[in-house]
Amino acid sequence: MENWQIVWEARDSLISGLFTTIEIFLIGSVLAFLLGCLVVYLLEQAGPWLRRALRVAIDLMRTLPFLIFAYLLYYGLPSLGVRLDAWTAGLIALVIYHGAYFAEMLRGARLVMPAGGVEAARACGFHGFTLFRRILLPQLLIRVRPLIGNQLIYCLKDTAFLTIITVNELTAAANSIQAIYFIPMEAFVAVIGLYWMVSIVIELLVKWAGRFGRKRGFDHV
Amino acid sequence: MSEVPVVSLEGVSKSFNGVEVLRDIHLEVARGEVVSVLGASGSGKSTMLRCINWLEQPDRGTVKINGEHIGVDAQGKQMSVRALASLRARTGMVFQSFNLWPHLTVLQNVIEAPVHVKRIPRSRAVEEALALLDKVGMGHKRDAYPYTLSGGQKQRVAIARALAMAPEVLLFDEPTSALDPELVGEVLAVMRALSLDGYTMVVVTHEMEFARAVSDQVVFLDKGKLIERAPPERFFTAPESERVQRFLATHR
Repeated sequence: MENWQIVWEARDSLISGLFTTIEIFLIGSVLAFLLGCLVVYLLEQAGPWLRRALRVAIDLMRTLPFLIFAYLLYYGLPSLGVRLDAWTAGLIALVIYHGAYFAEMLRGARLVMPAGGVEAARACGFHGFTLFRRILLPQLLIRVRPLIGNQLIYCLKDTAFLTIITVNELTAAANSIQAIYFIPMEAFVAVIGLYWMVSIVIELLVKWAGRFGRKRGFDHV
Repeated sequence: MSEVPVVSLEGVSKSFNGVEVLRDIHLEVARGEVVSVLGASGSGKSTMLRCINWLEQPDRGTVKINGEHIGVDAQGKQMSVRALASLRARTGMVFQSFNLWPHLTVLQNVIEAPVHVKRIPRSRAVEEALALLDKVGMGHKRDAYPYTLSGGQKQRVAIARALAMAPEVLLFDEPTSALDPELVGEVLAVMRALSLDGYTMVVVTHEMEFARAVSDQVVFLDKGKLIERAPPERFFTAPESERVQRFLATHR
């Protein structure tokens, strides 16, 4: 039991790691989500060339391991003269990488969405961003809601990779505790519990958001 | 007939993948007129209707709403998305499959375009929308979501949504074709009331009785050509073309 005692005494560093994780996860996932929406809007408006370029960019991100991308931004960019601190590099990596996933998710929902609603909107004089924001996006979001929950949890878990580019988040805190006291089991189990708790909160929030869809008869999707 | 027609199609032609679906269509609809468009499936009726608000883009010919070019200007130049949208807002369209916005309530469906396209104050939009919903007999469902409504109710809401923009012409694309037979009547009754209110309407339909009783003019399309245009009495009793005679014989 003494090992758990050590973990308890090191709780300050775990808590500060947890806050860094939550902070970078929240900012990162919100920006990634907005980026995904922006990309889908551009796909909607763009000519064939930009559309192709965006599709390639999305696919490139999706086939890239997240860790490599984070490495590239933090260790690779300085050779091009761009020097980012670890936190910023990590945040940008999260935003672009998960933004691509959000975009792909919304794009998929757009493809299977019946054409009639958008047509009716055009007939009423809607166009451009207003059409996207008022008519298209709300329906897409209701449809992809369960996938969003999944993606948020992937995003949370990917923040753990950022320990490797020296962001002092939760995994980094656990790592330093286990390295100092050599209690890897207890340190990592404690951290798993904390990740788990954050995931449960995400799940509950996403489930709660589901009532917007249920009220509107979207339960079957 | 010195007045400018609300809708005019001049020499409109359109092909899909090399198949000509509209051939040199000429059509004028005067203010307050109800024009029914008849024809077999695939004759180009819906495509013609959709050319009026440029949801389909004709290959040739001009379309005018109240004398104003829509889609391309007099010089044949493509108009901006914004200009096209504001012209479209002057027409109201009712679709076969209703196409209500499922994330919005009945009332929200009706005020959505007035508030976000026409930018009229929300309170005024709500007031007008409630009057329209009462007119189509749907006032009691203002806070319901579309998925809870029957087909006939959905279509009546869709009509209120089209009316909310105070359009110069109402375009109906087979408004009763997706309805159970017992629900057709309630929608036709609303449309009949609109015609009495003096709305200008173009109605693509298979409802012969409606076309006969309500329209001022009936036009008939066959293989993309407009081959007959007559007042309903003459159209149904003494059509000129042999094609229309055959059509009427099988639809009685």
